[in-house]
Amino acid sequence: MQAEQISVFLENKAGRLCEVTGVLAEAQVNIRALALADTSDFGVLRLIVDHTEKAKTALKQAGFTVGKTDVLAVEVPDRPGGLHEILDLLQSEGINVEYMYAFVNVTGENAVMIFRFDETDRAIATLQAKGFTILNREQVYSL
Amino acid sequence: MIYDIEYETMPREALEAIQFRRLKATIERGYASVPFYQQKFEAAGITPGDIQSLQDLQRLPFTTKQDLRDNYPFGMFAVPMENVVRIHASSGTTGQPTVVGYTARDVDTWAGLMARSLMAGGATRGDIIHNAYGYGLFTGGLGAHYGAEKLGASVIPVSGGNTKRQVVIMKDFGPTILTATPSYALHLAEVAGDMGVSFPDLKFKYGIFGAEPWSESMREEIEEKLGLVAVDIYGLSEVIGPGVAMECYEAKKGLHIFEDHFIPEIINPDTGEVLPYGETGELVFTSITKEAFPVIRYRTRDITSLNPTPCTCGRTMVRMNKVSGRSDDMLIIRGVNVFPSQIESVLMEMQNVEPHYQLVVDREDQLDILTVMVEVSESMFSDEVKTLQGMEKEITKNIKDYLGVSAKVKLVEPKAIARSQGKAVRVIDNRKI
Repeated sequence: MQAEQISVFLENKAGRLCEVTGVLAEAQVNIRALALADTSDFGVLRLIVDHTEKAKTALKQAGFTVGKTDVLAVEVPDRPGGLHEILDLLQSEGINVEYMYAFVNVTGENAVMIFRFDETDRAIATLQAKGFTILNREQVYSL
Repeated sequence: MIYDIEYETMPREALEAIQFRRLKATIERGYASVPFYQQKFEAAGITPGDIQSLQDLQRLPFTTKQDLRDNYPFGMFAVPMENVVRIHASSGTTGQPTVVGYTARDVDTWAGLMARSLMAGGATRGDIIHNAYGYGLFTGGLGAHYGAEKLGASVIPVSGGNTKRQVVIMKDFGPTILTATPSYALHLAEVAGDMGVSFPDLKFKYGIFGAEPWSESMREEIEEKLGLVAVDIYGLSEVIGPGVAMECYEAKKGLHIFEDHFIPEIINPDTGEVLPYGETGELVFTSITKEAFPVIRYRTRDITSLNPTPCTCGRTMVRMNKVSGRSDDMLIIRGVNVFPSQIESVLMEMQNVEPHYQLVVDREDQLDILTVMVEVSESMFSDEVKTLQGMEKEITKNIKDYLGVSAKVKLVEPKAIARSQGKAVRVIDNRKI
């Protein structure tokens, strides 16, 4: 049910992001979605890629600190209020979003967003009970 | 002016006779009452009776900071606790500072040495002394305080920090003598300037600065910005505190060591061999009047040389040149002693944090800034920025709690810290001293 996201620690200095994309290009890894969270000193790059293990190994070999986190890829109705329905539901259940970002592609009628919740299992149950679609790993990587 | 004319200007021959008598008494007492010294002497095959001249001091083993730590907290005390009236401590490794004790007579001896020092630095009865050395476990504040009272001057025990209030006090009370670390003195001038107070227009005549290394160029800067005569004071808590050696304002050329209380030696830090006057090496002290905490051949790790030529001020005591460095990796940050190994143990004690670090010291706006760079290993990495920031905060707090020094913690990528020949460079000191 959960998709795997890799995260990379980056110092805030010129050219670091470019080095990451360079390593991934070299390894023939395709980036599906990404988000960058940063402070004045450092940043954390979060990535969904088509070959998680390959990407992780390549980045590690290039000297980066790499982590792996389980996240949810949720289909969001592609119309006004679509995202609000999901957030409202989770809010009413007391489940917090740690962070979220949008996917590059869309699946037919719906957009896809990546979520990290504080209580993942409860988030899955809550969303599915209301009929929202959570993409599985294979679906995410092949989008 | 000279506070103790008899001793401070004593002919060398008479001084050496007194030194030998006091040395012998110290060695006998240390041997009899401190198990550490007894064991050390026995291991070296020496008894107090073998010490027949001042030269024989060289036959005794050295005492190191590690020895003091091994005997934490009171193992080096030579008197029972009921005779100890004061305890000070300098920062040490996590939870293990170096502890020193004083009898009532030691406190009085120390006050006398500080009175000598203050007078050598231009102070006299009738002066108002603004004492901005920190009060507390650190010997600076109380050391200068007791000396000032002994001298008969009026002391303002303002301690460190709260700089704006200090400027107001300096303006309103009109102190004539400033005692502080040299970097804090410059900071005071800076803050005064920001508040529209011209430091040179205040009533200060002399500033007595120490507890951290400073250069001749820094002296020029201080004298120009503060409008006073700046003199250097030296001391360390293990030996007694401030007042071990003091520059005279007349010559400002080296610090007179109060040899009737401390015997200095300069050694080659690698071989332990004693070096002649004029040669540069590690400074070693033997206290010869202290009761509670005598030290025998204590290695200070400070690098300097001794100058026996008579001084224009009239004092006959040998002068040590300004300390030019350390024979270990100790850093002095705003007067606080910091060893890289202490930072390492703080990091080691934290879960998931690996001790891959580097210390960078800069001087910004006259204040020492310590930055601790910590490599982010996989075990401490999180994809959440707030977790990483929380870790930075926790490291900062632990360093402050254990070492008493404020540091800026910066997370860096692995291998960001330069390694020379496989060995990590732990310290980068960008201060121009």
